[in-house]
Amino acid sequence: MKTQNILIVGVGGQGVVLASNLLAEAALSAGYDVKKTDTLGMAQRGGSVVSHLRFGEQVASPLIAAGEADLLIAFEKLEAIRWGHFLKTDGAAVVNDLAMPPLSVTLGSDVYPCDAEIVTALKRFTPEVHLVPGTATASRLGNAKMVNTVLLGYASNFLPIGAERLASTLEAGLPPKLRQPNLVAFETGRSMYLK
Amino acid sequence: MERLLLSGNEAIALGACHAGLKLAAAYPGTPSTEILEAIAKFPGIYAEWSSNEAVAVEVALGACYTGVRAMACMKHVGLNVAADAFMAASTTGVRGGLVIVAADDPGIHSSQNEQDSRNYARLGKVPCLEPSDSQEAYDFARSAFQLSEEFDTPVLLRPTTRVCHSKSVVMPSPKLELERTPQFSHEPGKLVMLPGAARERWRKVLERMEKLTIYAEKSPLNRAVEGSAELGIVASGIGFQYAREVFPNASFLKLGLTHPLPDKLIRDFAGRVKKVLVIEEVEDFIEQYLRSQGITALGKEIFPRTGEFSPDIIRDSAVKAGIIDNTPAKSWPAAGLARRPPLLCPGCPHSGVFFTLSSLGHRSTLPGKKPRPPKLTICGDIGCYTLGAYQPLGVIDTCGCMGAGISQAAGMAKAGAAEKPLAVIGDSTFMHSGINSLLNAVYNQAKICVLILDNGTTAMTGHQGHPGSGLAATRQPAARVIIEELVRGAGVRNASVVDAFDLKAVRAELRRAMASSELEVIIVRGDCPTLTRKRSRPRIINTEKCDNCGACLLIGCSAIKKSESDGIIIDSGACVGGYCALCQQVCPKEAISESIGEAV
Ligand code: SF4
Ligand code: SF4
Repeated sequence: MKTQNILIVGVGGQGVVLASNLLAEAALSAGYDVKKTDTLGMAQRGGSVVSHLRFGEQVASPLIAAGEADLLIAFEKLEAIRWGHFLKTDGAAVVNDLAMPPLSVTLGSDVYPCDAEIVTALKRFTPEVHLVPGTATASRLGNAKMVNTVLLGYASNFLPIGAERLASTLEAGLPPKLRQPNLVAFETGRSMYLK
Repeated sequence: MERLLLSGNEAIALGACHAGLKLAAAYPGTPSTEILEAIAKFPGIYAEWSSNEAVAVEVALGACYTGVRAMACMKHVGLNVAADAFMAASTTGVRGGLVIVAADDPGIHSSQNEQDSRNYARLGKVPCLEPSDSQEAYDFARSAFQLSEEFDTPVLLRPTTRVCHSKSVVMPSPKLELERTPQFSHEPGKLVMLPGAARERWRKVLERMEKLTIYAEKSPLNRAVEGSAELGIVASGIGFQYAREVFPNASFLKLGLTHPLPDKLIRDFAGRVKKVLVIEEVEDFIEQYLRSQGITALGKEIFPRTGEFSPDIIRDSAVKAGIIDNTPAKSWPAAGLARRPPLLCPGCPHSGVFFTLSSLGHRSTLPGKKPRPPKLTICGDIGCYTLGAYQPLGVIDTCGCMGAGISQAAGMAKAGAAEKPLAVIGDSTFMHSGINSLLNAVYNQAKICVLILDNGTTAMTGHQGHPGSGLAATRQPAARVIIEELVRGAGVRNASVVDAFDLKAVRAELRRAMASSELEVIIVRGDCPTLTRKRSRPRIINTEKCDNCGACLLIGCSAIKKSESDGIIIDSGACVGGYCALCQQVCPKEAISESIGEAV
């Protein structure tokens, strides 16, 4: 298998690192060589967060080169455009339909792009752009915090790792009481793509 | 065989543990922090957060003098603080193995500079190991202890941010079971560095370097990877991994031991290839050595001298230099996007005092109002509260290194600055080195105003303990140094404590202290909400009363948002509620109150 490059992005506190750890564990258990790295800087405090994940036969660099990502999973829309240039021309972007305007926007010195601008910006890189109502779906399922699981479920359609393996890795990392709802969230996310 | 997915930091911790580590000491600092955090979880190893890096090295050195294996960890700038202790360790050498980890931060992800710690290895005449992934971080940690004991030297382990914070597969080796009873034995000629003894030891240090140079030639830490003879790449650290991506067919000399360098190995390698490239992050440490040996090599002429490398940067540089010509279609980041700098958290105890400083100092203005020239001189320090430099607070005027704010303010006052300077420092940083600066200020009667922002933890790096926190590295209770008692004991006559969330009290105290003509210390106390997670009903904005003046936005609380359609709103999921209530105190229209319904 050619090395798979997955970029997960979002805002500090959204669980980007957790999500990429989970995918990395799943790839490890599938027998691949795995490298991943999170770029945080001081960004744990609400800044922009990006996590690079690579797996395959043998991986040298943990960083993905620009234009080389097979999959971009964005937990927030502005961050999706910020990192969009990492996408391959035949890569896929799975973007949570959530806007978190930074303070520069709130204070009026910057503007937040509208949905049409976001999609156009991403389509410059690949036609496969999916704006997913992750937050709304998770809330409907009873817990807005499961948004990441919904998105991972959706993204699983683009991953060369079996959905069962992903789900069981997810399950293993959760306290018992959260397992069932998250499995439902994962399945819901997964089936949203087929519709 | 067992395969683990570990970060470089976790791998260093496990490698050290498997090498029979007995004691580890550190001061938290990105990117090194997680090493000690991981070690603290292993049974049978003593782990501590020391009050600063020099102390950490001294603690580890003392332990190794009793014959056990010990380690001290820090970030690159921490090695500046520890430099004296580091040199002392080099001079006396060790008994049990001593490894000093200094994690470098190329690209300055979370630091104040980009210095290259390998220079300290040269200065201290100690070996330097550079791992390039987690497996090597694990293996090199083990080898470092062995080298240390074999050559009677501390060993510098230099990972970089990308190695520390990337995860890759580690296959561990069997754990060493060292039977060592800690015991000190007298040997003044080795351990008491009076000039006579020191002269003798320094000669031994030089001999040690000669032996290490011979060892470097055959060390498994350095290895050649044969490939095409057209291009030979000498690389260290993560640069090696990037280079393998960009030049899959080249020959490589992968250097894990970069001080001292293997003369013959390098010469032979250079002789086997047509062109030599040196790929190393930050300084031209290896390249300069090659040049000094008369070997023609390209390095910093092509690759950047500053910033973190990546496969992209290496490829672009090589294309520009005409070494490779296939420029892959490259995409560029979108321009002009709204930036997203880090912020203080909702409910942060620093927000109130910064808001007050900001308003007293004309640092921020309501949206639409004309800014006024700023007042007050505010010397900052390193921690979460450095984020107070960003808008809308904008209240930090200097930030150099840990503990410096108090001394800088004293310097300004002594230089005759018209305005009484303020210094802002966190509790952990105060224990680290701020206390030294405060002692100086007391002794020299500097008329400054020191604000110790006490949130009870080392928040920036992830809530590590310190002498004022009452929490050990293992998360078990520890003895607690009371800051106000310490401050008074240091000779400060005017020391007060104020509640960080009581804006009126903060303002009154600040006004008083700034007007006083003496040295004033105000301890502004409030828990870090991301540690204690105290929450109550979130605040809510009454849209009828709110006239969108934007005053609450000036706190810089990320739970308060402005939307096109609804005006200003509070994100109930992010707000910590009554525990903070700063916005409520700021709002001139009394439009903010407790929400009704269930507490989150
Ligand atoms: S971690 Fe604690 S101290 Fe740091 S910004 Fe957040 S609330 Fe404030
Ligand atoms: S009470 Fe106000 S200032 Fe405090 S966290 Fe909530 S919204 Fe922010």
